Amino acid sequence: MKSGRKIRVLIAKPGLDSHDRGAKVVARALRDAGMEVIYTGLRQTPEQIVETALQEDVDVIGLSILSGAHKALFPRIMDLLKKQKLTDIMVFAGGIIPEEDFSEMKKLGVKEIFGPGTTTETIIQYVLKNVHDRT
Amino acid sequence: MTKNEELAKGVLSGDRRNIAKAITLAEDNTPEAQDLISLIYPHTGKAYIVGLTGPGGAGKSTLAEKIVREYRRKGKTVGVVAVDPTSPFSGGAFLGDRIRMQELSTDQGVFIRSMATRNYAGGIARATKDAVKILDASGKDLVLVETVGAGQSEVEIIKVAQTIVVIHAPGLGDEIQAIKAGIMEIADIFVVNKADRENANKTVMDIQSILQLNNKESGWKVPVLKTVALTGEGVPELVDKLEEHRRFLDKKLEHERSRERAETELVEAIKEKVVAAIVEDLRKEGKWDEFLQKILRKEIDPASAAERLLKKARTDAKT
Repeated sequence: MKSGRKIRVLIAKPGLDSHDRGAKVVARALRDAGMEVIYTGLRQTPEQIVETALQEDVDVIGLSILSGAHKALFPRIMDLLKKQKLTDIMVFAGGIIPEEDFSEMKKLGVKEIFGPGTTTETIIQYVLKNVHDRT
Repeated sequence: MTKNEELAKGVLSGDRRNIAKAITLAEDNTPEAQDLISLIYPHTGKAYIVGLTGPGGAGKSTLAEKIVREYRRKGKTVGVVAVDPTSPFSGGAFLGDRIRMQELSTDQGVFIRSMATRNYAGGIARATKDAVKILDASGKDLVLVETVGAGQSEVEIIKVAQTIVVIHAPGLGDEIQAIKAGIMEIADIFVVNKADRENANKTVMDIQSILQLNNKESGWKVPVLKTVALTGEGVPELVDKLEEHRRFLDKKLEHERSRERAETELVEAIKEKVVAAIVEDLRKEGKWDEFLQKILRKEIDPASAAERLLKKARTDAKT
């Protein structure tokens, strides 16, 4: 990252589940690590998430999902990011995603998936290490 | 075309990606940012700029969303700059204003940007002003700036607006809190939100009684309106008042205000540049530490040191 440039992160909750405790914990941890975290609340459509990422010019998107609908929602999100030419944004995910789906999600372009029990420190270090130097 | 010229062209055509990138440049305060602003500056001045401020919990974001909808209903395009504080401990920020504006995010006639104050004195005011200029140049009819109204820098931010709305709500503390916050004087329109609460009328009266003590010579009587942002009650009336104030800002008065704004901006810009230049020169000459040590040893006080440095800089400039 260029010096002086703050890492901007969008923490988003796609779909219909209504628990955002985990998302808020991660948002708070990233803030405490010095990042600017945009949190948009529950029940976001893929369109809303991608448009927000575009307007806020974020470096990273963290998707939190507990509903099991990741196989329906993530492809749509990744596809919209491509359409908007936002592929330089690093996308990670967390929540309840079965391990057998990991490779499918990663093939879509989701860079990493953090399951229950992941420490916030792991996520912070991962973001710091993998965020792109964007233009 | 240079990269900046392309970016400026994109901004002027209203391209959302270019607008987003331009605001990032302004936020990061890069030399490119200044060049970019100089390119778009001639195209600014068309948008109506409204500032929305008040204590946390008054309902700013929710009201902002309703105001935006009302303007959208009238077919106007809108830009929103939502400013939240940077944590003084970590340098990070939690920007949550969009939670109240979810449904606006896919409306192509609306552009919302969250900004953190980033703790540089005066700097955020400049970055916000630049963001407003970018949205203005991009062709938005209305630009809404929303910020927590506490402290000098927040007041500086909001001064970018042509019309300033100060929002309050019952149960957030008595009128003394409002006076302390220093935001009473800057209001063109007062809003008591959450007006469905039973003590709303008392809050309205409290504010009215303080306003009577303010002598504004402008001829504009500051109204105190009631809204319930959650349901949208009172919002059309608020928008009518906004438009009334906009008309009231006739050429003469608006000219005065523009002049005031231009003056403040120029002074801030000079400060920023001069300070940076002097500090850089001192560092280059290795004198920075020397002066600091002197101050630490109490051989000279900071103000006298600054004066001496200024004198030196002036003589250097002449030779």
